[in-house]
Amino acid sequence: MIIRGHGRLQISRFHQYYSIVSTPLLIAVLLLLTAAAFELGRRRALQVAGSEFRTLHSLPRYYGSFTALWCALPAMLLLGTWLAFEDKIITSLVVADLPATYQALSESKLNLIINDLRNQLSGNVVSQELNPAMQAAVDHYGSLRATSNAALAVVFLSVAMLGMGMAWRKIAPNFWARNRVEAIIKLLLIICSTLAIFTTIGIVLSVLFESIRFFQAVPIFDFLFGLEWSPQTAIREDQVGSSGAFGAVPLFAGTLLISVIAMLVAAPIGLTSAIYLSEYSHPRFRAIAKPLLEILAGIPTVVYGFFAALTVAPLLRDMGTNFGLDVSSESALAAGLVMGIMIIPFVSSISDDVINAVPQSLRDGSLALGSTRSEMIRKVVLPAALPGIVSGMLLAISRAIGETMIVVMAAGLAANLTVNPLEAVTTVTVQIVTLLVGDQEFDSPKTLAAFALGLMLFLVTLALNVVALYVVRKYREQYE
Amino acid sequence: MLNQKPAVRLENPAKTNDVSPPSPVQNREFDSKTVGCVTVDKPIMTTRNVDVYYGGKQAIINVSIDIAYNEVLSMIGPSGCGKSTFLRCLNRMNDTIESAHVTGKIELEGHDIYDKKTDVVTLRARVGMVFQKPNPFPKSVYENVAYGPRIHGLARNHTELDEIVQTSLLRAGLWDEVKDRLSQPGTGLSGGQQQRLCIARCIAVNPDVILMDEPCSALDPIATARIEELMDELRQNYSIVIVTHSMQQAARVSQRTAYFHLGDLIEVGETSNIFTNPQDKLTEDYLTGRFG
Repeated sequence: MIIRGHGRLQISRFHQYYSIVSTPLLIAVLLLLTAAAFELGRRRALQVAGSEFRTLHSLPRYYGSFTALWCALPAMLLLGTWLAFEDKIITSLVVADLPATYQALSESKLNLIINDLRNQLSGNVVSQELNPAMQAAVDHYGSLRATSNAALAVVFLSVAMLGMGMAWRKIAPNFWARNRVEAIIKLLLIICSTLAIFTTIGIVLSVLFESIRFFQAVPIFDFLFGLEWSPQTAIREDQVGSSGAFGAVPLFAGTLLISVIAMLVAAPIGLTSAIYLSEYSHPRFRAIAKPLLEILAGIPTVVYGFFAALTVAPLLRDMGTNFGLDVSSESALAAGLVMGIMIIPFVSSISDDVINAVPQSLRDGSLALGSTRSEMIRKVVLPAALPGIVSGMLLAISRAIGETMIVVMAAGLAANLTVNPLEAVTTVTVQIVTLLVGDQEFDSPKTLAAFALGLMLFLVTLALNVVALYVVRKYREQYE
Repeated sequence: MLNQKPAVRLENPAKTNDVSPPSPVQNREFDSKTVGCVTVDKPIMTTRNVDVYYGGKQAIINVSIDIAYNEVLSMIGPSGCGKSTFLRCLNRMNDTIESAHVTGKIELEGHDIYDKKTDVVTLRARVGMVFQKPNPFPKSVYENVAYGPRIHGLARNHTELDEIVQTSLLRAGLWDEVKDRLSQPGTGLSGGQQQRLCIARCIAVNPDVILMDEPCSALDPIATARIEELMDELRQNYSIVIVTHSMQQAARVSQRTAYFHLGDLIEVGETSNIFTNPQDKLTEDYLTGRFG
């Protein structure tokens, strides 16, 4: 208790430093500075130009933007780098100061101790009573952090001021501020656009490394071509019946089956409704119907899930009984049908847009030759809109493959290898979820299998996209 | 100063006609203020008292004119005078415009084309149209020309279809230029070639009348000359109605000329007469370049 009390004291002292220079505060100050920089830059431009303000190369606000950007960007860059490396450096400094007995510990134990130090510092529960040496380390840690934060505040604000000052000094009537600002903006755009790419690469790599660990335990051949999926592995040596089988074929078959059913629903309905909306319907009807159709995409998938499980599935089972068919209460058909409804807007909305984008002159050309409307649509409009329609379909398929909630609720968990839509099947995404929820060992093949499945799913979707792109490029009728 | 004179007259076109010389044909069986002879002996198409409204706005006011066999009739007039609108009535392309409403009588060889029993598909096969901007389909040259024959079932087999395509391209004067690239996209041709491709596409369904809506306005002088030559050849087999902004073009290609002004058909006559001796003051002002 005393120690915890002492800890609290530490926090409050620590917070005294910390609250003054917390990161949000720094950013708020920077925003104020930036606004000031803009105004200063603008005024400076007008001032150096004097009455000859027309001789300024750029508009005054460009000089303001230039100064503001130079104030904000270097400081933000510094802040980002600082926060990224601060913790590592402080930790290594603290560890270096720990008594030799601690330093000799294994890495994982050392990590535990560092965790304790941090928890103590921020007032959380610690795993052991801290001895004086560790208490000293906590203090050391706290003071280092406080110093670091204070230093950050000083350096951060000076960088901001320095940047602003340098930019401000540069302002002259023949200074090309507009071009500089444009260049900086272009750079920002490039950074933002590559950010998504690098994130994707990061995700792929992380999944890839875990998958490699999985394939060290389970041969890749068994995984790719195995016909049985039963991921329960024995935890104890003497356990029976849970040897674990990691054949992914039933999962991909299930995913494929449900996606095909979904697309059989969504593709014709989506495309025909798009054709109706764009070619036949009254504009007023279209203005109402299109947003309504798009609402379908906004319904949470979990709602679709219980609609499928509680309404559609029993309905199908009853109908099946009437026809003398044996429909299981959780069937691929129920999940596929409802998923098909869900992805209709992806097909219809995008198709509608691209069909509308086909130039009126092509329609006129066809009609003037005496074609009927449907001939015009089939032979001129759809071929010209093909790339967009295919990309809408692709988006829908990707959604279908990646969809989880509906399948969890309506299609079941049984990894049956079947093409009969009336039976229960399971999909890749459902299995990933079941593998990762609950308490799991993180180094067992059972858990790692989720990453292998994820990787496979990614590759399949990628291949699908590549094939579709190729098909589109081959058959498209380019109208511009 | 030059603009002032017609500006005053624009406000009251009806009055203009009162003071102009009496029209040569006095006792028409229909009411028309147009100067000159609007009828011909053996018309392929007749239009009587045609009014066109876009919503509440009247774009064509009581226009009556005949189109003869094997002639090129040119329709001229300042922008917005309704000549394109009138042209689009002749094959009911105005149907695609929601708010457009047509009254009066338009007949093709004695059949009312706005009659409920008239199939607009057949009508458009008989009255073809070439547009201002070349609009070849994004298909191969061959498929562009074969499009019409295919949808109308004009060929029984591939050989016949090949023949139709070749004949149409020959007549459009394009065959020599494209015979080695029939499978390449029509959109890859030059502007003039594209327009001739559209003409070939149009004559492949063997229409009776070809409507041309400023067919050369997007083309250079050489391509224009090529198409004007072509129109003269096509006249042997078809009737052509051309809307043009170029008075020189109207003078070069047409036998008769119709002058439109703010929805009224002001004057119709032999092209040589109209250009040398316009009867109406508005026509004269336009032709002499006082406005337009």
